[in-house]
Amino acid sequence: MAMNYNAKDEVDGGPPGAPGGAAKNRRPDNTAFKQQRLPAWQPILTAGTVLPTFFIIGLIFIPIGIGIFVTSNNIREIEIDYTGTEPSSPCNKCLFPNATPCFCTINFTLEQSFEGNVFMYYGLSNFYQNHRRYVKSRDDSQLNGDASALLNPSKECEPYRRNEDKPIAPCGAIANSMFNDTLELFLISNESQSTPIPLQRKGIAWWTDKNVKFRNPPGGKDLEERFKGTTKPVNWVKPVYMLDSDPNNSGFINEDFIVWMRTAALPTFRKLYRLIERRNDLHPTLPAGQYYLNITYNYPVHSFDGRKRMILSTISWMGGKNPFLGIAYITIGSISFLLGVVLLVINHKYRNSSNTADITI
Amino acid sequence: MTVPKEMPEKWAPAPSSWSQKKPSWGTEEERRARANNREYNEKFQYASNCIKTSKYNILTFLPVNLFEQFQEVANTYFLFLLILQLIPQISSLSWFTTIVPLVLVLTITAVKDATDDYFRHKSDNQVNNRQSQVLINGILQQEPWMNVCVGDIIKLENNQFVAADLLLLSSSEPHGLCYIETAELDGETNMKVRQAIPVTSELGHISKLAKFDGEVICEPPNNKLDKFSGTLYWKDSKFALSNQNMLLRGCVLRNTEWCFGLVIFAGPDTKLMQNSGRTKFKRTSIDRLMNTLVLWIFGFLVCMGVILAIGNAIWEHEVGTHFQVYLPWDEAVDSAFFSGFLSFWSYIIILNTVVPISLYVRWREGGPSARLRWGPQYPGVPQPDLPLPCSVEVIRLGHSYFINWDKKMFCVKRQTPAEARTTTLNEELGQVEYIFSDKTGTLTQNIMVFNKCSIHGHSYGDMFDLLGHKAELGERPEPIDFSFNPLADNKFVFWDPSLLEAVKTGDPHTHEFFRLLSLCHTVMSEEKDEGELYYKAQSPDEGALVTAARNFGFVFRSRTPKTITVQELGSAITYQLLAILDFNNIRKRMSVIVRNPEGKIRLYCKGADTILLDRLHPSTHELLSATTDHLNEYAGEGLRTLVLAYKDLDEEYYEEWAVRRLQASLAQDSREDRLASVYEEVENDMMLLGATAIEDKLQQGVPETIALLTLANIKIWVLTGDKQETAVNIGYSCKMLTDDMTEVFIVTGHTVLEVREELRKAREKMLDASRTVVNGFPCQEQLSTSKLTSVLEAVAGEYALVINGHSLAHALEADMELEFLETACACKAVICCRVTPLQKAQVVELVKKYKKAVTLAIGDGANDVSMIKTAHIGVGISGQEGIQAVLASDYAFSQFKFLQRLLLVHGRWSYLRMCKFLCYFFYKNFAFTMVHFWFGFFCGFSAQTVYDQYFITLYNIVYTSLPVLAMGVFDQLLGLLFHRTFPSSGAWSTQSCMSRAS
Repeated sequence: MAMNYNAKDEVDGGPPGAPGGAAKNRRPDNTAFKQQRLPAWQPILTAGTVLPTFFIIGLIFIPIGIGIFVTSNNIREIEIDYTGTEPSSPCNKCLFPNATPCFCTINFTLEQSFEGNVFMYYGLSNFYQNHRRYVKSRDDSQLNGDASALLNPSKECEPYRRNEDKPIAPCGAIANSMFNDTLELFLISNESQSTPIPLQRKGIAWWTDKNVKFRNPPGGKDLEERFKGTTKPVNWVKPVYMLDSDPNNSGFINEDFIVWMRTAALPTFRKLYRLIERRNDLHPTLPAGQYYLNITYNYPVHSFDGRKRMILSTISWMGGKNPFLGIAYITIGSISFLLGVVLLVINHKYRNSSNTADITI
Repeated sequence: MTVPKEMPEKWAPAPSSWSQKKPSWGTEEERRARANNREYNEKFQYASNCIKTSKYNILTFLPVNLFEQFQEVANTYFLFLLILQLIPQISSLSWFTTIVPLVLVLTITAVKDATDDYFRHKSDNQVNNRQSQVLINGILQQEPWMNVCVGDIIKLENNQFVAADLLLLSSSEPHGLCYIETAELDGETNMKVRQAIPVTSELGHISKLAKFDGEVICEPPNNKLDKFSGTLYWKDSKFALSNQNMLLRGCVLRNTEWCFGLVIFAGPDTKLMQNSGRTKFKRTSIDRLMNTLVLWIFGFLVCMGVILAIGNAIWEHEVGTHFQVYLPWDEAVDSAFFSGFLSFWSYIIILNTVVPISLYVRWREGGPSARLRWGPQYPGVPQPDLPLPCSVEVIRLGHSYFINWDKKMFCVKRQTPAEARTTTLNEELGQVEYIFSDKTGTLTQNIMVFNKCSIHGHSYGDMFDLLGHKAELGERPEPIDFSFNPLADNKFVFWDPSLLEAVKTGDPHTHEFFRLLSLCHTVMSEEKDEGELYYKAQSPDEGALVTAARNFGFVFRSRTPKTITVQELGSAITYQLLAILDFNNIRKRMSVIVRNPEGKIRLYCKGADTILLDRLHPSTHELLSATTDHLNEYAGEGLRTLVLAYKDLDEEYYEEWAVRRLQASLAQDSREDRLASVYEEVENDMMLLGATAIEDKLQQGVPETIALLTLANIKIWVLTGDKQETAVNIGYSCKMLTDDMTEVFIVTGHTVLEVREELRKAREKMLDASRTVVNGFPCQEQLSTSKLTSVLEAVAGEYALVINGHSLAHALEADMELEFLETACACKAVICCRVTPLQKAQVVELVKKYKKAVTLAIGDGANDVSMIKTAHIGVGISGQEGIQAVLASDYAFSQFKFLQRLLLVHGRWSYLRMCKFLCYFFYKNFAFTMVHFWFGFFCGFSAQTVYDQYFITLYNIVYTSLPVLAMGVFDQLLGLLFHRTFPSSGAWSTQSCMSRAS
């Protein structure tokens, strides 16, 4: 496939060095670098090299693709849209602005049990968290607990910088639009009885975000005191220090908040909402059966044709459910194998007709 | 100090109005300088001798340098982007992402400029403060150079630099001679003689000089190093001044104890300074391509911006309005349309990485650059000038170094490596389609050997063996013995004893023949010890002829401006030298007029046969035909021939002619033409003496090189001043012409019609041949010119064209040049003989104009300079004939055979690398940038970036610069595969076969 470039024709035109020891020797140095004799390599495409390459690619890629595809298919995932735009939907009543707070319940069935840790996501569609003006509308130093930024947020936060002459904490459009539906999951064990599924609200944010990037402002023991002089974002119901009862999960370091602040790259996205931890080895985390989802419907998306979803998913070593990667591997592998076969046939048929046929440069 | 009282009206002091309106620069029409009269000379405000090559001082550095830098398109472009980014509604990247690379580039360039300028200041200071001895108020005073003024008389001592352009007044040597070395001026290291005009050469003493009040009126400052015309007015008489009387700044005085000179041009007006700077930039087709590409890509960027801006307007209108719950519009941006407009600029900012703006080259015809150095380098040698942001330049610089370092282009004999004097043309080398080559010194070694001669109708020089048959090679008899002559040069060999016999028996024609050779030349002799003669000849032909005369007993011993001493068969005879009618390329002959001790005046002339044979006395007709036969025979063997003739002049005629010559030489305007016509008049009705034949051996490896270049489909045209037979012969010996060629057309017509007819016939023959070969039936249609071209391109069979200088003159006329070009281009090889330097350039220009092909001219002599400058690429052979050709060239090496490596290896690699580099460069920029275009469709066309800002900033200048550069500099095409696939052909030919394919 390749060869080393040997400059075999390194024959000197004359005796080395200047005859008679001239004062200055202008002869160029005979080094590999200066004479352009550094080892060189160039793939030469011949039937002998190309055909095996195609077959090898095919033989390696197809099994990998199958493996990934099967793994991805083994991941259990269920998506429930609770936007409520359809009149039949139980959440349809919540579309009207006067119905606040609004509660609705959606029933669903798990055909197969979910084993291992189950992740609960909320998903939004047509929500442009990646818009330039949206992305930059935050103040990272405020979120990092900087005292001066807390009271004087960055200009980037406009128009959510100040409200009624008080600085907003957290400022900016991202924080202002934080997702605030509450989702609860219940397993219907029998006709009338249902058991709530324990949802863990901690451990859903990145460690670095939780411990480095986001910090509550310094000051008094009480969170409320630390945020003194600020006001809540316009859309929010509660101020930031009341996001959670646990002081380690409230304020800027509230994990739901942190997850929201990490903006999504595409307008259709999902964000981790809760963890459902495996209890023990004997029982599946979520056994197959009837469930219902209790929704406190606060977050309006109807005005911009948005959709809201709740997703339950298990994970594997390769992350969440993603059939594309496996399909891509299988496609590439198959094409490569097929090309190999075609070229093999061509090569076999026409091998002897031309001497230069194996040069494809 | 005294102003002459009676001045002829013509050169009376100029009216003050005239002198005042004259600035020291530019519009000066003539220069007047009066010796020892500073007040008078100050009126003209001539430039002082203070030179300034530096561009800045401390105060002006920042503004001037920044102004210069922002004339670069790339810098202005980035500044524009920077301003855009300061607008918050537009800024899609923070401003430092642009300012970091911009400031980096500006700073590095500024630091480089500052250092350069610092060194220029230093060298200026050093030069300006050199001491010279100036005659002020009758006393010699030490003054720094910068205080020397026009009109001053200064004294130079041995090995001193000449401070300004001086008129030589007198010197320590007899006759006001002095010797100079001009290495810094034109790079030639041989010594040259300058001579004071006789009237001033007596002014050897300060007291006399202090009283000298002559006025010089001469041409305004110019850059012609070899021309000067002026007149000295002194003591009511006029004296002509020529370059022979001038000492130019930059020369060094040698072998002369002291000399005095009158400053004519000072400082920036000196010829040296007028020659520095102003370099013409040659640009390659890749440069042109890159500029076009950059503009296209810029257009593409604008298109993308427009598409995305429209997208943004629509999005804001359709989606954005509804999404205002979570993302309200900016107060300043109240409509979808305006938002789209702003997003256009935002996208211009984030997509700008797609435009390789650093590849854009400004088309500078010439720029002010101080290339003057006071070191051993030759002036005008371009120092690799490195525009920092441009990776293309780095790559080209690398390629140039590889050429300089190439051991296979190093000439062991001369110890000269190849030199890429221009760094910007490397890839064009791989695209050369036409090579125009000089013959002498380029294809041949330019080491001349006196081989044969014809004296009074008798040819000498053939080798005969003892039986009287022409000797074959390898059975040569002993060369003849010159031991009778103590002054003989023992390196000279000659095999025909009959010539020596003729000399010894006292044949008057033979004596006259050698006398002419010993008198009619411009060789300088040097006799260190008694009998040890060294000749210093400017052309090797002359050296060979004078050496031949020396060995046959006519020894040129020494010359003074007025005499030539020749040792004729043992007895020294001194001839009075009355005039030298010097050689030039138009006259193609030189003559001397001498008076022998008996008082007879005789003109001796030697020159090219075409010229000289027309100027012979009718009575020599018989001799003429015999000599012509010999000449043809010599030329057929590839020898260079010269015809020798003489003419007796009577005293009155000479006197009368000498007066006219003096008048002509004093003429202010068209002096050259007038002199030529005066010369022409006397060189007439001459008596033929004979002819000489000089052998010039082919250089090593020339046939192989030509064969390989032909194989690479490069057409080689030889343009030579030699006669047709010589040229054709050389053509055969270097395999340009071969016996299995279908036909060699020879065009020798003297009139327009003849030439046209000959060209037409040649074309018809080629067409006929290809018709019978291709179609098998004749096609009768009248072919139009355009069709002709297409047919002729694919002509079958190998043809060659030989065209004579006088035919070429017709062929190059406007109405025939296309015909000529078509015919010539259908031929494998073209030889133009008897061409003038101007015609050489015209032929190159013709091909350049119509063929759109890359041309390369290679030559070694001053007569090739025009051709070298005209062609896309000029190659100079550093050989025997000085280094004018090298100075004008882009590449220089010392042997023709290196051309194959330059073109087929370096040129080809350079081209391939550059192409790969460009593809890679564009690819990486597009791949990087198009992501943002794609992402625009998902982020509401809001110009949100996908990557981190620093990644965008440093992507081009840090993260991806080295891989592209490395590939651009080091990538090479593997030759081995082809070697194996086509084992029959050599390594280079296979490369060359492929070189056309790409």
